[in-house]
Amino acid sequence: MELKRVVVTGLGALTPIGNTVPEYWNGLLNGVSGAAPITRFDASKFKTTFACEVKNFKPEDFLDRKEARKLDPFVQFALVSTEEAVIDSGMDFDNLDTNRIGVIWGSGIGGLKTFQDEVSAFVKGDGTPRFNPFFIPKMILDIAPGHISIKYGLRGPNFSTVAACASSTNALIDAFNYIRLGMADAIISGGSESIIHEAGMGGFNAMHALSTRNDDPATASRPFDLDRDGFVTGEGSGTIILEELEHALARGAKIYAELIGGGMSADAHHITAPHPDGLGAKLVMKNALKDAGLTTADIDYINVHGTSTGLGDKSESKAIVSVFGEDAYRLNISSTKSMTGHLLGAAGAVESIAAILAVKNDIVPPTINHFTDDPEIDPKLNLTFNVAQKRLVRVAQSNTFGFGGHNASVIFKKYEG
Amino acid sequence: MSDIASRVKAIIVEKLGVDESEVNPEASFTNDLGADSLDTVELIMEFEKEFNVAIPDDQAETIGTVGQAIAYLEKNVK
Repeated sequence: MELKRVVVTGLGALTPIGNTVPEYWNGLLNGVSGAAPITRFDASKFKTTFACEVKNFKPEDFLDRKEARKLDPFVQFALVSTEEAVIDSGMDFDNLDTNRIGVIWGSGIGGLKTFQDEVSAFVKGDGTPRFNPFFIPKMILDIAPGHISIKYGLRGPNFSTVAACASSTNALIDAFNYIRLGMADAIISGGSESIIHEAGMGGFNAMHALSTRNDDPATASRPFDLDRDGFVTGEGSGTIILEELEHALARGAKIYAELIGGGMSADAHHITAPHPDGLGAKLVMKNALKDAGLTTADIDYINVHGTSTGLGDKSESKAIVSVFGEDAYRLNISSTKSMTGHLLGAAGAVESIAAILAVKNDIVPPTINHFTDDPEIDPKLNLTFNVAQKRLVRVAQSNTFGFGGHNASVIFKKYEG
Repeated sequence: MSDIASRVKAIIVEKLGVDESEVNPEASFTNDLGADSLDTVELIMEFEKEFNVAIPDDQAETIGTVGQAIAYLEKNVK
């Protein structure tokens, strides 16, 4: 059977460096850091006291107060970026077959704050269970696509994907596959995360996963720099509306780019550490290229996972050199986590938006906070340090790797009729 | 209006996000004030917390209107 073509027709973003897609893109091109001391709770006893929080976000500006109270922040974020994407897409659901429009949404953890609050209240009590009736439906990860479907009346495929920091890339790949197989006309995809709470920060700190550069948060996320010391937590949401090409053309939709390939793999090595030779990373990039029917010569930009950890950045850069050979030195590479922090389950969506806009605008956002070269990172790689670079971006690839050894990668291409 | 009645109304306004003028004794939580079954459970739990009483499930099922809630609490709150 002939596979259908899938294009991107709507974008929405709520990020630590911008609460809409234009603000986010502007922040990326200007090298803005989203990191600052944590405002949400008193973090003074935590090893890490800063994070990349979403700024100036009031749920009441977007959601009915009664409704907002029943939604975990990760769902509030999802609804806000999705509203932007729906408006951006120009989709009029009253005149489309909503039985064929789905929602596939990723998150790494789901309603962590809700879980923390409810369990804390129980532990502080006398053992009498007084759990709120909204506890479970507020916490569960799949309630995000559930709420999106309810808001817009979308009755197509609807579920969540969970693969830690690769979650929303997996959502995009699933959405891509259902559309190209003809099982849906369009799917609202992406992911959201809200873990900047005591349980999230404490848990990641205990793993020694986070930067502890508390005296200088803005330069803490420094992927590929010699003095990188861990990732910086981020939060937010990214929505990407994927649509079957003929469906998009029939309604005269604006097309950002074409999604042409997705790859998946597992490290099968360790629960949190990447494979030292980047076995899973190499495999996932190759799988995505093969699925797209491209060679390494076709890729102009890789938005890397690049979390600013010692092991991760090294193994990913080695994997790129191994897969791309001489082409590795021709393309641009950048880690936008240097600016946004690590949005975990939302990273794939938010970074795919960066890749899509790089393809659309022929500009590569930078890897900021580069001060000192690491001798273990190949110096011939163009890691787009500190300043955005203009170049023709025909095709861009976005990599995400998650705890558990899950890897997912997607490839976006300039749309040509 | 009794102290209990005004506290009950305040909880309903807060939890259901309705206007105080709608919260009259005859108003049904589900038919008039937009509550679903989970909202109703939450309301009962809030009454228990506010008035430090335990409302057994079989009693909770008989509380469907603002007036029924006030009457129950006026009778059972010490």
